[in-house]
Amino acid sequence: MSGALRPDLALIARTVRQGARVLDVGCGDGALMAALRDDSGVDARGLEIDGSNVAAAVGRGLSVVQGDADTDLAYYPDVSFDYAILSQTLQTTRRPDRVVEELLRIGRQAFVSFPNFAHWRGRLSLMWGGRMPVTRLLPDTWYDTLNIHHVTVDDFRALVRERGWHIDGQWFLKGDRETTHANANLFAEHAVFLLRK
Amino acid sequence: MASVPIPDDSRFGLRRQTCLPGPLPLSSGARLGPVDIAYETYGAMNADKSNVILICHALTGDQYVASDHPVTGKPGWWWRMVGEGRPVDPARHFIVCSNVIGSCMGSSGPASVDPATGDPYAMRFPVLTIADMVRAQAALLDHLGVERLAAVIGGSMGGMQALTWPTLFPDRVERCVVIASTARHSAQNIAFHEVGRQAIMADPNWRGGDYYADGQVPSAGLAVARMAAHITYLSEAGLTEKFGRRLQGRDAKTFGFDADFQVESYLRHQGLSFVDRFDANSYLYITRAMDYYDIAEDHGGSLARAFAATRARFCLVSFDTDWLYPTAESRVIVHALNAGGAQASFVELSSPFGHDAFLLESPELNRVVDGFLRGGRA
Repeated sequence: MSGALRPDLALIARTVRQGARVLDVGCGDGALMAALRDDSGVDARGLEIDGSNVAAAVGRGLSVVQGDADTDLAYYPDVSFDYAILSQTLQTTRRPDRVVEELLRIGRQAFVSFPNFAHWRGRLSLMWGGRMPVTRLLPDTWYDTLNIHHVTVDDFRALVRERGWHIDGQWFLKGDRETTHANANLFAEHAVFLLRK
Repeated sequence: MASVPIPDDSRFGLRRQTCLPGPLPLSSGARLGPVDIAYETYGAMNADKSNVILICHALTGDQYVASDHPVTGKPGWWWRMVGEGRPVDPARHFIVCSNVIGSCMGSSGPASVDPATGDPYAMRFPVLTIADMVRAQAALLDHLGVERLAAVIGGSMGGMQALTWPTLFPDRVERCVVIASTARHSAQNIAFHEVGRQAIMADPNWRGGDYYADGQVPSAGLAVARMAAHITYLSEAGLTEKFGRRLQGRDAKTFGFDADFQVESYLRHQGLSFVDRFDANSYLYITRAMDYYDIAEDHGGSLARAFAATRARFCLVSFDTDWLYPTAESRVIVHALNAGGAQASFVELSSPFGHDAFLLESPELNRVVDGFLRGGRA
């Protein structure tokens, strides 16, 4: 089941405890939620901004609400989930720091995954081409990308330090494989952090 | 799951009517009894009675959700949602749809005879609420031997009943589907209804509601009420697409007050055809019930508290061009459900057709409702 999942989602799916309560923020068509429900007996709820994604997720029997991470998380009570998950959504929010604060208010722990803008391919593109990178990882041109807050692994670590959050786990991906922590800021395409307040 | 054969049980089937002894206690403090309920059932109850779905109808709707209307001959008003191969399918579900009390299609309403006087109630019929309609449905389900609903589903005023169900009977509902609806009537909603009621009451034939004896009914007033309401069911874009400024059966404006424009002709037709099938006093009573509707008000001002006792799963759907019960109203419900930790789904679907979209062909709506009914833990 989780074999078909995007690598960062598969990693999260492996880490979430059996039977946990999970809020998936930016859940897309519910692929991760369905895997968690079917493989781990997880009570999963979703929040997703795109209506056709929501229709697809509800159509597969998932509890998904159409809404905006920037505004609608405020309506969820404190510590109402074991995990809040924000996968590949951080960089599309208007205030990523506030969204993570909300995740850590709502969930005991929060998964945050994002594409690492400091990956060497992007750096080369900027350094030698002088152009915003268009890569496998970041396939959209600067004017039509949904990513309005590009972030690097080191940027995110700095935010975590500044806010006094705790890192309970961190994983780095290159393609669909896990890669070393050493020099993750240069070599990781994706980062997944598990945070706690 | 094996179905229980019930061929000889006269409680089940099309065009049923029963008289519940009552009295039914009403929100106003009054009591209504005996209570006639007209209803239809489709499909068969399974052995553990776990496949029962209640469909709730809108303001001018009726129990003929999936069978031809006896007056107009038109197919059931929600055949796109209820029927073979549809999300609510008599092959799998036991489906109940009853005429709300206060209406005029066979359930007790102002046109019914008051047993105390032998005359029609007219305006002596007690003022009702949406909760009263739901209590009458619950009494009907008792009569049918149904304890729990696998789902209660409704659009518009039907959605108000569906949403009220788990607040009154938290243990009797497993799933609740609320389409193009709201948790309270807004000032604008009340304002439009008041226009309709004043049109009826201004008709000289209305006579304080006592028009049943001579058949001189306030049809002009009722038709105007329907015309005004009908505009709220459509969208500006939908009206433009359907009629624009096109003229009706003529090449030039008449410089008079005939129905020059197609949209005028259409509205007049909507008004006139409505009076053949609906009672003006019922229109007064049901619009009043909708105006009094405010679930939070009934629970100390907290909508979240209204759903605290239920474990039902909720599915809400709005349409982006519906300005009668706009998406923001559904969001209010979703936020209250989230605050209470309820299992809730919500999606805003896109349609050019305004509020009426919930009655029209919508593959996305069907996919959402079908997936919701099949999925998840009850």
